[in-house]
Amino acid sequence: MILSERNTLFRLILIDKLLIGILRAGAMLAALVMLLILFFLVDESWPVLSKLSIVRFIDDASWHPLEGAYNLMPMLSGTVLTSVGALLLTIPLSLASALFIVFYAPIHLATLYKRLIELLSGIPSVVFGFWGLTTLVPLINQWNPPGASLLAAILVLTMMILPTVTLTAYTALAAVPEELLRNAAALGLSRWGMIKGVALPAAKTGIAAGIILAAARALGETMAVLMVAGNVVQYPETLFDPVRTLAANIALETAYAMGDHRAVLFVSGLLLMLLVMVLSGMAGLLEKQRHA
Amino acid sequence: MPKNLQLLLAYWFFIIIGIACTSSLQAQTKAATQRLVLTGSSTIAPLVGEIARRFESLYPGVRIDVQTGGSARGIHDVRKGIAAIGMVSRALKADEADLHAFVIAQDGVSIIVHADNPVRTLSREQIAGIYTGRITRWNVVGGADARITVVNKAEGRSTLELFLDYLQLKNSEIKPHIIIGDNAQGIKTVLGNPHAIGYVSIGAVEFEAQRGAPIRLLSLDGVEASVENVRQDIFPLSRSLNLVTSNEPHGWVQQFIEFARSSQVHDLVRAQYFVPVNTD
Repeated sequence: MILSERNTLFRLILIDKLLIGILRAGAMLAALVMLLILFFLVDESWPVLSKLSIVRFIDDASWHPLEGAYNLMPMLSGTVLTSVGALLLTIPLSLASALFIVFYAPIHLATLYKRLIELLSGIPSVVFGFWGLTTLVPLINQWNPPGASLLAAILVLTMMILPTVTLTAYTALAAVPEELLRNAAALGLSRWGMIKGVALPAAKTGIAAGIILAAARALGETMAVLMVAGNVVQYPETLFDPVRTLAANIALETAYAMGDHRAVLFVSGLLLMLLVMVLSGMAGLLEKQRHA
Repeated sequence: MPKNLQLLLAYWFFIIIGIACTSSLQAQTKAATQRLVLTGSSTIAPLVGEIARRFESLYPGVRIDVQTGGSARGIHDVRKGIAAIGMVSRALKADEADLHAFVIAQDGVSIIVHADNPVRTLSREQIAGIYTGRITRWNVVGGADARITVVNKAEGRSTLELFLDYLQLKNSEIKPHIIIGDNAQGIKTVLGNPHAIGYVSIGAVEFEAQRGAPIRLLSLDGVEASVENVRQDIFPLSRSLNLVTSNEPHGWVQQFIEFARSSQVHDLVRAQYFVPVNTD
């Protein structure tokens, strides 16, 4: 297209300016929403934050908000344990799946397998929760009662974040330039040598990003965990002990909470948000190290 | 490019129109003249909120404001004249005889076990023993030789409150193995675990049991757990949900109370797993 007329050019510049303005407003809005959420959380939890010392949330005897005991630490540990457990299971499985799709499977099988994983990522979390409640929990119960446990939560979470990590790892591995792999092959590296020495290091950042995305989802997952974790507020001693996560705590109690009880639930929301912020801070640090 | 821009502009235009419409709607409702304030029990508030919404759609001139704060607040606010109607989730006490109470529904809680469990009935002491962790195996109370899985409700739920009141316990004394949120989750949990014991709203579990779910309602103090016995007020684990006023109600207050007791809201009452009253 030739823009000989000054008129057209002028109009294009105008449209560009306008579009930039709209995009900027959109970006600002997105950032503002995040800030507003934070402000809202602090505002709603202020009645107890100003009245009670922070120590109460760490040092109280238990979590019985109606009796004035507000220890959030067992739930923090529950949240971290379920997420870390799920990640420990997911990472090797997902990496194996992604490597299988990219390097080992014949093309038809790879496509089919990838479609299956994509389907898995589309299943709503409440379906996983119901499956867990009606199938997984009774199964674990036969083995070691009561069934609803840290283990059940970890397994259900693993099912949920597996597709995310697999698909991002697949994308990262598929984006490794073909010439790198050819060169590796030309140097006489075995297939595993090529994967370990070339493909994985080149796809490292993409894989790490997928893992962090999955970790954030695992920390915040509510319904599925609420249905299978047992929700008893305690530090678990074994994998078969029930736990409660921060997100499940909010979902369980918020519908009927009033006054201080309500405000403390917002504190647990704030704590969950801080946890996710720490996670994204870690992601930023990782990125920086890569560039340094 | 200009076409895209037009689309974008049209999009923003619609959003602005939408916002304008909702705010003018809000302004309209604010302009309504009659305002009815209800305060009190958080058990009743969700039900009354639903009833109020239906009432408002029938009589657009009235706006009903439902606030929670506990039964005590409901009594206090009605006496002080802050609220027109109080919501009280228990029968009135002797020193509250100056108030007028109108039952809008009954709330009953039933102890449930899996249908494979041979236990048919438990005494109050046995239930308290199981829930406080003194009794940990079913064979102690006449069941199979298996560990009991204690299912408790999340803090703040009305069924928990009623249950604790019946056993004269505090929630911190209970040693649960599983904590659940709503009734459906409680029923699913007991269905999946033959050694579990739990308690849920009677309306919810009778519905499931009639549809053939393998679940058993335990009778308490010799009274069979059924919606009918809750309605008759002879089942021990039940209470009445009341609307209270300071004077003989008239005008909109009277109309609202009559509406809340009528068969027009029975579906709303059942949806909250309460038992409707028979007024006609």
